[in-house]
Amino acid sequence: MPHTFVNRLKKYYSFYTGGFVMFVLALAVAEYMGMPDHWIGWTFMATTVALYAGIGIMSRTADVTEYYVAGRRVPAIYNGMATGADWMSAASFIGMAGTLYAKGYDGLAFVMGWTGGYVLVALLLAPYLRKFGQFTIPDFMGARYGGHTARTIAVVGTILASFTYVTAQIYGVGIITSRFLGIAFEVGVFVGLAGLLLCSVLGGMRAVTWTQVAQYIILIIAYLIPVVFMSYQVTNIPVPQLAYGAVLEKVTEREDAIMADPAQQAAREAFRQRAEQREADIATLQAAGAPPAEVARQRQLQAADTARAQPITHHGEPFPGQTEAERDTARLNFIALTFCLMVGTASLPHVLMRFYTTPSVREARESVFWSLFFIFLLYFTAPAYAVFAKYEVYTNLIGTSIIELPGWVASWAKLGLVSVEDINADGILQLAELSLNPDVIVLATPEIAGLPYVVAGLVAAGGLAAALSTADGLLLTIANALSHDVYYKMIDQGASTNRRIAVSKGLLLLVALIAAYVASLKPDTILSMVAWAFSIAAACFFPALVLGIFWKRATKEGAIAGMLVGLGLTLYYLIGVKFMGMPRWFGISDVSAGIFGIPAGFVTTLLVSLLTPPPDEATQNLVESVRYPSLKSIPKA
Amino acid sequence: MLLTDKHREYWRRNLRLTGTLLVIWFAVTFGVVWFARNLAHIIFLGFPLPFWVGAQGALIVYVLLIRHYARHMNELDEEYGVGEDGR
Repeated sequence: MPHTFVNRLKKYYSFYTGGFVMFVLALAVAEYMGMPDHWIGWTFMATTVALYAGIGIMSRTADVTEYYVAGRRVPAIYNGMATGADWMSAASFIGMAGTLYAKGYDGLAFVMGWTGGYVLVALLLAPYLRKFGQFTIPDFMGARYGGHTARTIAVVGTILASFTYVTAQIYGVGIITSRFLGIAFEVGVFVGLAGLLLCSVLGGMRAVTWTQVAQYIILIIAYLIPVVFMSYQVTNIPVPQLAYGAVLEKVTEREDAIMADPAQQAAREAFRQRAEQREADIATLQAAGAPPAEVARQRQLQAADTARAQPITHHGEPFPGQTEAERDTARLNFIALTFCLMVGTASLPHVLMRFYTTPSVREARESVFWSLFFIFLLYFTAPAYAVFAKYEVYTNLIGTSIIELPGWVASWAKLGLVSVEDINADGILQLAELSLNPDVIVLATPEIAGLPYVVAGLVAAGGLAAALSTADGLLLTIANALSHDVYYKMIDQGASTNRRIAVSKGLLLLVALIAAYVASLKPDTILSMVAWAFSIAAACFFPALVLGIFWKRATKEGAIAGMLVGLGLTLYYLIGVKFMGMPRWFGISDVSAGIFGIPAGFVTTLLVSLLTPPPDEATQNLVESVRYPSLKSIPKA
Repeated sequence: MLLTDKHREYWRRNLRLTGTLLVIWFAVTFGVVWFARNLAHIIFLGFPLPFWVGAQGALIVYVLLIRHYARHMNELDEEYGVGEDGR
């Protein structure tokens, strides 16, 4: 029986992948025959969203195990793909290559952090959580640390980490739909929301899982195609990951040439002077009692000019800086960020939850391997993406006449993502005169490389798949924490199955609407808070989860104290540094607040556990039972 | 709890494997980053070495570490008779 199920899945998804490729080719032919760009964008969006909704409707369910953990029969490789889509958000798909473009080596903290975390998932958590075999992460806290206190803190941590994250995904959906369909941003948000809900409300985890597999296939095809084309154009080798070493060398040569160019120096000097002028203007404005909004706006302009006056650094150079101390702080921040992203990856409930859905512990272990493998395909391509884009910009764009700039510069400038200012009035574009929003790298690459519009539509569909799949997983996590942990476990233990699922669906709808509403306000702070999710989740969950499995002596009081101290310290540092003007500790940025919270959580849990009496025998038996995939000789605890 | 010595040995071997793999994970990530500036002049496959490790090498090691762990533990389950039935 399981064998035929796996075969059927293989057949479905092969057919689906083939169908999708045929669909893209057909659209390419249609474009060649003269189909307008606008129609191509609509066809892509409508078809893919209808597809996801279709899978959602086909997988609708009212069974508790199906709804919460997809019936625990998702084979390792498919769970790997679903985890990949669940994990890779709009930020990974659209933002990562752009961040690497802007930061060079220092951006690799994201690449290592978001992949290396899976080593922790595989070694320390996934197999044990699968053996534990409940429905949510707060479930584990509740069972291991008894009573409702640990469970409640875990629910709060889940919501804190997931809500800003889901808002950012819905925001990403709005950006993509409004850009490629030409509709208003707010309308785009709610259109995306409809596609999202059709899937998750009807079928819970089951529908989300099978849609995520479909979304992974689209997003990986969409990510690889433009960069393969670009690699072939530049190096004649269609394997960008191997070919970009040589291109990186050329980029380095160009960087030296650009820095030595007197026109670039003149442009930088002009920006520096204007930044000084603005500084003086701001002082005058403040003295005259100008409204704070106007002062803030001037400050932004001043900061932009200062940034443009900075010297460029080599793409491949680790921790560039003017002084030794600056370089050391950059290194410390790199390490702290990598560490927080890794531990955060291993603590985010929507990722951990996916490992409840495999049929066995054995498959849970294999499934982490497949997850990282599928994630790896995108993450080790992203640095190549950045280098090829940089090569194109530095060699073909910089130094051209401003009136002869290619069409994509103007079309993205219209959306405010690219700006060009000929400050030294020589009619030639210098590097300092160009500013690119990181998001534009992936979105505009098809145009930069002169590829047909079908590829641009494909990239948009890929970005949409990445945002929707992550949003689905997160929404489900929040709704399940509220319906399963709060409603069922704490309020009404006698609730019928139908009622539990109905409550869960209602909450899902409510959370989705609130998130969409918040996203439609385009709040800047929410978006910058997304990176915080990693530190928050890491400090709240990681010590309690790991010690709960590996240290029988960890007590309820210890875990509760550890979670509160870890979470509290992290939030204190985040909010203090970001909003209260608190000085940084060791120069660590607010994003990496977990570097203080995680060790504090561990130490507190250890100390308080040792000061309180050891856990009772039932709890100790639970710990034993999760350590062994099966314990036949011993009666179940 | 009625754990046999065999069970305890299984857990000890699991801990040893986990520890070893975590040491490799730590060295590949943080070791290379710490010395990145000193290693930057070494060229590997056309890349400065620390850049290559951060962009590709470390990722490949992570994938292999997880694969090794899954294989090894699944074998260990069989060897110690703690594997799941029906597979």
